[in-house]
Amino acid sequence: MIKVDNVSKHFGGVKAVDGVSFDVADQENLILLGTSGCGKTTTLKMINRLIEPTSGAIYIDGKNIIEQPPETLRRGIGYVLQNNGLFPHYTVAQNIAVVPNLLKWDKPKTEKRTAELMEKLHLDASYLDVYPNELSGGQQQRIGLARALVSDPPVLLMDEPFGALDNVTRSKIHAEFKALDELKRKTIIMVTHDVQEAFELGDRICLMNKGKIVQSGTPAQLLFNPVNDFVKDFLKHQRLQLEFKAIKLADLWGLLPELNKEAKASSFNAGSNLWETLESFKFNNGETVNISKDQNESKAVSFEQLMSAFYQYKNHQAHE
Amino acid sequence: MNEQQQTLWQFMQQQSGKLQEQTLQHIGLTFISLCIAVLVGLPLGILIVRRKQLAGLVLGIAGVLQTIPSIALLGFMIPLLGIGPKPAIVALLLYALLPIIRNTYTGILGVDAAVKEAAVAMGMSKWQILFKVELPLAMPVIFAGIRTATVINVGVATLASLIAAGGLGEFIFGGISLNNTNMILAGAIPSALLAVIFDLLLSMVQKISFKRLKRVLYAFPVLLILLCLFYILPAKSESKLIAGFTPEFMGRQDGDLGLRSKYGLKIHTIVISDAVMYKAAFEKHLDVISGYSTDGRLKAYDLVVLDDDKHIFPPYYAAPIVRDDVLKKFPDLEPTLNQLAGKINDSVMTVLNYRTDYLHQSPERVAKDFLVANKLWRAERGGSDGVVRIGSKIFGEQYILANMYSMLIKGYTDHDVSTKTGLGGTKICFDALTNNQIDFYPEYTGTGLLAILQASPKTVNEVTVNRDSTYNYVQRQFESKYQIKWLKPIGFNNAYALMMRQQQAKQLGIKTISNLKRFLDKK
Ligand SMILES: Nc1ncnc2c1ncn2[C@@H]1O[C@H](COP(=O)(O)OP(=O)(O)OP(=O)(O)O)[C@@H](O)[C@H]1O
Ligand SMILES: [Mg+2]
Repeated sequence: MIKVDNVSKHFGGVKAVDGVSFDVADQENLILLGTSGCGKTTTLKMINRLIEPTSGAIYIDGKNIIEQPPETLRRGIGYVLQNNGLFPHYTVAQNIAVVPNLLKWDKPKTEKRTAELMEKLHLDASYLDVYPNELSGGQQQRIGLARALVSDPPVLLMDEPFGALDNVTRSKIHAEFKALDELKRKTIIMVTHDVQEAFELGDRICLMNKGKIVQSGTPAQLLFNPVNDFVKDFLKHQRLQLEFKAIKLADLWGLLPELNKEAKASSFNAGSNLWETLESFKFNNGETVNISKDQNESKAVSFEQLMSAFYQYKNHQAHE
Repeated sequence: MNEQQQTLWQFMQQQSGKLQEQTLQHIGLTFISLCIAVLVGLPLGILIVRRKQLAGLVLGIAGVLQTIPSIALLGFMIPLLGIGPKPAIVALLLYALLPIIRNTYTGILGVDAAVKEAAVAMGMSKWQILFKVELPLAMPVIFAGIRTATVINVGVATLASLIAAGGLGEFIFGGISLNNTNMILAGAIPSALLAVIFDLLLSMVQKISFKRLKRVLYAFPVLLILLCLFYILPAKSESKLIAGFTPEFMGRQDGDLGLRSKYGLKIHTIVISDAVMYKAAFEKHLDVISGYSTDGRLKAYDLVVLDDDKHIFPPYYAAPIVRDDVLKKFPDLEPTLNQLAGKINDSVMTVLNYRTDYLHQSPERVAKDFLVANKLWRAERGGSDGVVRIGSKIFGEQYILANMYSMLIKGYTDHDVSTKTGLGGTKICFDALTNNQIDFYPEYTGTGLLAILQASPKTVNEVTVNRDSTYNYVQRQFESKYQIKWLKPIGFNNAYALMMRQQQAKQLGIKTISNLKRFLDKK
């Protein structure tokens, strides 16, 4: 879907981005992770041509992005900024309608789509006539997301979209983010320097340092097969939590005992990570949770069974 | 106090027609120039945001323009655009440019970078970003600039009257020249009020929320244009010849008023500053001007004085006037100053003035040359026995006289001298004298009689029959009223006179003011 091919960007003597290459598959969620100043934002902005690369090429759907006018390119790519970048002189409704107006949608179509998004993002319709400065940070960020999603672009670029939010609000938005069906269909490149966020939201992660990609792969690959000490050190804090997030239930499937599912317990898809499954025990009184795979297979497992499967899995990884 | 207010009110009522006309002209001048300044400044501001390398240059030029003294800027305009509204509007426009360009520039640059980036990232074009994001968000700052420009313009527009563009300056400068406080206030109060009101209105516009901003943005240009019409609508009447009179001349019995009552002269008149009047006549922007009979520019611009056949211009013999307490303090001052008495006649003074006004020789040099030629010059004694403060009005002849007196005092006495030259007009000079800011200055008998003593028409008729009766009258009156002494006359008579271009006067056969009237009355 998106191919970044040996792209560099130099600002004077500073090699902000230095020979970066990666691919993003259709509907994949790629995270650009790294310390401050390592070139994440610069990389991201080259994809919608807010910055032109010094060398290298970028392709979307096999087409070099310099082949179309930047305005046209950008109208097909959603962009969410850290400080949301909402127009302070426009109401919420007008803010969301910016791209539809550029695309010359008629009014009813825009209104219908706006209403739909407001509902999906859990925003009351009464906010439509309000100005952004009258909203909370979390609400503004949701509007920023709605604005980027309104024309349903296939690609979404997000630069630390949740960076300005407090932890509680952020994990709430993370949950909504993962649940939002609109986003499941999209190819997303998201920049963050928050490792936990990267592990929670990313299908794959590109870990960057000083303008170069140090390692790219799934969270589990980075965690259990780091290419060097930099990667290992980068993931050292709260490692257990990262491991829970990196391991999917599907990874543990073979290690879980066969038990019939229970009617009352909450259910998880095998694609869920271990972290959210374990978290659910905190809130549910049930002894077990149901895990379903490929629609017909399912298992009921307890907290202890999950943890034991987890340790077996880790042992296995260590000996590989 | 009460009486003063009463009379100011009466004055304003009496002159309400003129007051209204001047106020409308003032508003019109302010807003026409403001309109053009916005039309020029806004795009320039936008341009330098796009091409930052031009920013320094454009802002620099606009900044320099603003530091040029207003009266000088008006002066520069005359050779280019003549006199009247055109140069005044251009000068005002130049003053208004800086705040508008600067605020447009800083306003747009000040728009949140994240907001601009979002606009670009959503696929807006440059122009869409400009009109939908940058300008609306910069609007409060831009309005602040327009507001500053408006207030500046209301102030500077008072000077427009000096180059015949009308406005409330006519009252203000007329009042200063004529020592008429009510007249000054009748111009100054409305112009101050205009500044305050416009500032207030624009500050309200500035605070309007985004919601209502749009409506205001449409209303604003309409309002601007309406205000401009104030100036355009009262169109000028046509006349065979155009006269340019100084504000002082306009309000004087021995000026425009006398011309109307005694000669019945009806000529289309515009008010103009003495500084540019002669040149404007020379360049045929004006045909008849009110000048001074000893003015050097008379010679320089080849003008002729029309004979005052009905004797409405009283004699204006120059003499130093000194406060009595000064003469007591410096007993040797009077004989020293009187050395000049009777030494300079009309034609000598005209030549001296010609040298300063037209050949641009320094008044100091002209003064010294004269004293040396007349064997009056002596080297400075470097005395330090008290300081004599000499004043002068703001024209060449007075500078020359002040310099002569300064040299005489330094050469013949042990006093030091400080000069305060260039005091705006009769009122300012005379007030400085009575308030002990200066010790003496050269004054003219006619001015003393009419502007300072404000003698009744009857008295004027009686005492202006010859030079001595006028001199004696003002001398007596000044002594008893102000304890100020008129020393001996210097000799020349710098009286008011009507003048025309020599060639035109000859061609039309006009030699006297009565000739002029007859010519104008002919259909
Ligand atoms: N316009 C620019 N001009 C010059 N240098 C720049 C410019 N933009 C970025 N840089 C430099 O390029 C490097 C990478 O910047 P970039 O913004 O991509 O980092 P980042 O990874 O997004 O950092 P952060 O997490 O702090 O946002 C930095 O050293 C930065 O100083
Ligand atoms: Mg960044």
